[in-house]
Formats: sequence, structure tokens, C-alpha cells
Amino acid sequence: MDLSSINPAVLAASLMVAATPIMLAGIGELISEKSGVLNLGVEGMMITGAVSGFAVAVMTGNPALGFIAAVFAGMALALVFGVITQVLLANHVATGLALTLFGLGLSALIGQGYVGVNPPRTAKLEIPLLADIPVLGRALFGHDLIVYLSILLIAAVWAFLKFTRAGLILRAVGENHDAAHALGYRVVRVRLMAIAFGGACAGLGGAYLSLVRVPQWTEGMTAGAGWIALALVVFAAWRPWRLLVGAYLFGGIVVLQLNLQAADVRIPVHYLAMSPYLITILVLVIISSDRSRAALNAPGSLNRTFHAAQ
Amino acid sequence: MKRRALLSGAALALGLAGAAHADDPTKVGFVYVGPVGDYGWTATHDAARLEVEEHFGDAVETSYVESVAEGADAERVMTQMALQGHDLIFATSFGFGPDANNVAAQFPDVKFEHATGYQQDHENLSLYNARFYEGRAVIGHIAGHMTETNTIGYIASYPIPEVIHGINSAYIHAREVNPDVRFRVIWLFSWFDPSQEADAANALIEQGADVLMQHTDSSAPISIAQDAGIYAFGQASDMSEFGPDAHLTAILDIWAPYYIERVQAVMDGTWEPQDIWHGFAEGMVELSPLNDAIPEDVRASAMELREAIASGEYHPFTGPLNRQDGTPIVGEGEVISDADLLAMDYYVEGITAELPD
Repeated sequence: MDLSSINPAVLAASLMVAATPIMLAGIGELISEKSGVLNLGVEGMMITGAVSGFAVAVMTGNPALGFIAAVFAGMALALVFGVITQVLLANHVATGLALTLFGLGLSALIGQGYVGVNPPRTAKLEIPLLADIPVLGRALFGHDLIVYLSILLIAAVWAFLKFTRAGLILRAVGENHDAAHALGYRVVRVRLMAIAFGGACAGLGGAYLSLVRVPQWTEGMTAGAGWIALALVVFAAWRPWRLLVGAYLFGGIVVLQLNLQAADVRIPVHYLAMSPYLITILVLVIISSDRSRAALNAPGSLNRTFHAAQ
Repeated sequence: MKRRALLSGAALALGLAGAAHADDPTKVGFVYVGPVGDYGWTATHDAARLEVEEHFGDAVETSYVESVAEGADAERVMTQMALQGHDLIFATSFGFGPDANNVAAQFPDVKFEHATGYQQDHENLSLYNARFYEGRAVIGHIAGHMTETNTIGYIASYPIPEVIHGINSAYIHAREVNPDVRFRVIWLFSWFDPSQEADAANALIEQGADVLMQHTDSSAPISIAQDAGIYAFGQASDMSEFGPDAHLTAILDIWAPYYIERVQAVMDGTWEPQDIWHGFAEGMVELSPLNDAIPEDVRASAMELREAIASGEYHPFTGPLNRQDGTPIVGEGEVISDADLLAMDYYVEGITAELPD
């Protein structure tokens, strides 16, 4: 095996880029699930964010405005889900799946005029001094703002859930909505906010695909990234830092296998390609093998409809 | 009960379709593996569908279902189309083969056309395919001239004969003009995944590739090539909009004349099952306009090669050719048979990459 032709710094840099969309979508979904809402519409929100961000970036010539538009587009779609599941009390799973299908169709419609258009490029934010460190500089400190933002977001979510009162309320709502309601917390309002945050993150992740990673608009371009983000949340056992590790692991496997192939290293491509899913199944088996441990991890009221008795 | 009513209704509709042929429009269905906006494979089929509509006007009624997964889903979609009274159904992906055959068995009055496949078990199913490897010979020739690092990156989808002989064809003609050329191949195991295609393009560039080829359907590698300041070839459609400087040319798939001919045959009642494989000569494979970056002499020799293939004077797989391990395929001056091409599961001599199992 000749691995000398693979530059580890470049590999690490492309790993971070590959992991960013699923990490953003994953951290949003984590908050949503922590509040007790399983939103299977991540894929739909991501691709709507991808097309809205792309369209606005092209129209204004400013990628930053594109990212902001993507955040709002993802949030808008998430709130459709929120109203249907929280106010109209529809089934989460069915509504989430419908949201994915709706998002894919809507994005194709919005994107019709944007096929074959070149988006303005997002500037790389080379951190002074740090970016000049050999190897590490190129691997870690030569990225665009969104990559750093995604890591900051993980830290912020971790701190929010662990140290803030609002985070505690969110977790309470997710663990036992009846108890939280009895304590006087507004379950539906908390959940709507969590859902909106989930949509905003998914939209941002989608825009990262269409504006940075690929950079172009193509129908169906998320190609399953939303589902990987969902698997990622389970893999992370609803913990922010573990989600970061998982995203880099999942993204890393993809990038690593492509680079190994390009370097003529013979590897079993199929197995590497399916490994994120295998690992997720494995984690699911492990956390559900022990009742007490499962109860510790998964939010108690996940995927249960809340209806306050009058 | 409901389903039975539906079935008998459909049977009635099918019977009526035969009787009232002159008045009813001919219904033509298309099953696509990707989205119609992929700017690649599926987009070319859909463009041809629109040409069919334009050609026949009110005499035809077309419909399509996009992003259909190969397997049970495809079978369901085709069954639905047959029940809705379609007279002719085009299944436009290699992987739809078994499903098209299964549905064809259930609806003997409906005609099926399966693209790029090999399985033909029923009298109402035709196979059609394009000799893309002819186009790949020409782009291989151009790539061999254009590369400065002598490294060509190839983004491949699934290791099936069509993709493998495409790589071989491009390699043979690149090596012919540039003996030092080296191919690096990445298999994605997907026909359409823009972000992985972009990552693959980056990985190949990192390994020194300065010309990219692809046998996947999205235009993502063209954008990456444009940003990196290297060259690439489009797939199925002219993708030059995504990278005006990078895009050297594209192998175009021209389906409309064939689709119009087959729809006409159904209208006339002269449709017969067949198994065709058309190339430059019949106009099913074409090249998009060459980029100005290609020097005049290369342009001329590429066009010469294209003409020689179109006229039948030259076959891209003319011996002597050996397999990667050195065993001979065809001897001096001999030409490979179509059957061998359609079963090709090995690289030719000189390619250093290894085929996945």
C-alpha cells in the first residue's frame, strides 16, 4: 500500500468540508429531538435551504445573504411541520416524510431558473498566523466562516443544554411533556422554537452544499445527506460533542475512501460506503440493549404527540 | 374490491385503446432514474420526450416519473403506467431491466423499451443502447493531448461493462497519443450524487489529475474543474455553462429520433421487438462544440477520429489489445465483438488501477 501520495493536511481539510453539512443539519435535529419532536423532514429542509441560499446568493452576489436566506427558508419549512404536528396534532413520522417529499419538489420548482448558474464564491477565512503553521494550518485554519460556525454551534448547543435554564426546560419538555406542562411550561411553544432551530440549521447545511461544497444548484443535490444527519443524531446518542465526532467520522469515511481510490489503494469500497449506517445500527443495538441506558439517552417523550387536557 | 374494479377498468381501457386507435392519442410513458433537472442522463431523455410531443402534437400524450429507484419501486411505477393505458413505456436505466421484463410479462399488449440493458425475455420488450465508448475514444484522444501532468482522473459509477469499456476506450486513445498517460479511477457506486462527485473531483485533482472525465450524471465535477483551473468533459448533455473554460466537450446522448421512430411504429402497428446499439453513425452519440482551448491540430485529429468511427472505417477496440494481466483480447488488426464488449469486466493493459469486485 502506497499511502505516501495522500497529503494528510488536505485530507483533514476536505474531511471538515464534507462533514459540515451533516453536522449542521444534525445539531438542529438534535435540539428538535431533545424537545421530543422527531422531524424526518431534514432532507426536505436541507434542499430547500440549498436552493433558497443559492438563489439569493446569485441574485445579490453576496454568499452571506444566501446563507441567511437559507436559514429563514429552512425555518419556514420547519414551522409548517411545527404547526401541523404541534397545533393540528398530526403524526410526526408521516408529516416529516411528507415534508421531505414536499421540500424536494418545492426546491426543484424554485431552482428551475438556476440550473447552470455559477454562484458567487464564499471567501476562505484564513486565520492570521495560525493558517501559516505547516500541515495544521492548511488542515484546520484555512476554511470558510461556516465551518468554524458549525463547531461554535456545537459548543453553544452543548452549553445551552447543560448550563442554562432554558436548556433544562427544553430537556424537561422532551423527557416528559405532561410533567413539564403540569409545571406550567408551554410545551407547544418550546417545541415550535426547537423545530424552528432545527429547520434553520438544516437550511444552513443545505446552503453549504450548494454554495461551497459543490458549488452549483442541481435538483436532488442533497442525495440523502438529510438521512445521514438523522442517523448521526442517534449515533451521537443525543449528545452534541459526540455528534461532532460522528460527523467527522461519517464525513471522514467518505473522503478517505475517495482519496484512497484516487491514490490507487485497493479497498473494499462497498463496505466503507455502508459503514456509517452499520455503525449507526450497532450503536442503536448497544443503547437499546440496556433498558436503563436507553432511558438515559433517548428523550422520553420523543415522537409522542402532546395534547394538553383542558 | 377496489383493486379489482381498477383492473377491470384498465383492461377495458386497454381493449378500447385497440379499437379506437385513430381517435385516442398514443400514450407514451417514461421512467427516469434521476431528476429531469440533473443536466445529465435523465435530462437528455426528457429533452427527447419533449421532442416526441412536439413532433406528434395531439396524437401523443406523454408522461414521466422521475427519480425512480431501481427495483420494486420501478416495477410499481411501470405497472401503474400500464394500468393507466400507456401504449409504450421507455425504461431509461440499466437497473430497470428485471422490472421492465416482469411488467412486460403481465401486460402483453403494452410495448416496452429498455435502455442500455441486456435482458429481453418477452415479445413486447425492445432493447436500445448507444455506443458511448465511441465518444469516449474521442475524448480520450483529446485528453491525452491536453494533459500536462499525464494524469487523467475518471469518476466512475458502477463497475458494469458499459462503464468499464468506456474507461478502456478513453484510455486506449489517450495512450495512443501520449504513452506516459496514467488513469486514476474513483468508483462512487451511484449514478447521481453531486457532493460525492465534487469530493471525488477534488481527490483526483489532489492526486495530480489535470483532466477529468466522468461517468456519473451530475455537473458537479465541471464546477470543481473550473475552480481548480483544469479541464473536464461533460456527460450526456453540454455542461459548458458550469465551467466555460474547463469544459472541453461533452458526449451527447441524442434519443429523440429513435423515440419518434418507435412511437410512430406503435401508431402504425408495425412495432417489433429489436435490440439496437447505435453510435456516431446513426447520430445517437454526438459531441458538443469543442472548447477553443483545444489547439487546432488536436481538434482536427479528434474530428478525423470521429469521422473514421462514424464511417465504420475504424473501431475503437481494434487489436492488438491485451487485458491488464497481459492476456490477449484481440490480435493485430482484429476487432472486438459486440458480445465481448457488452460483457467486458476487465481493464486493458496499461491501466494501473484495480477494478472493484
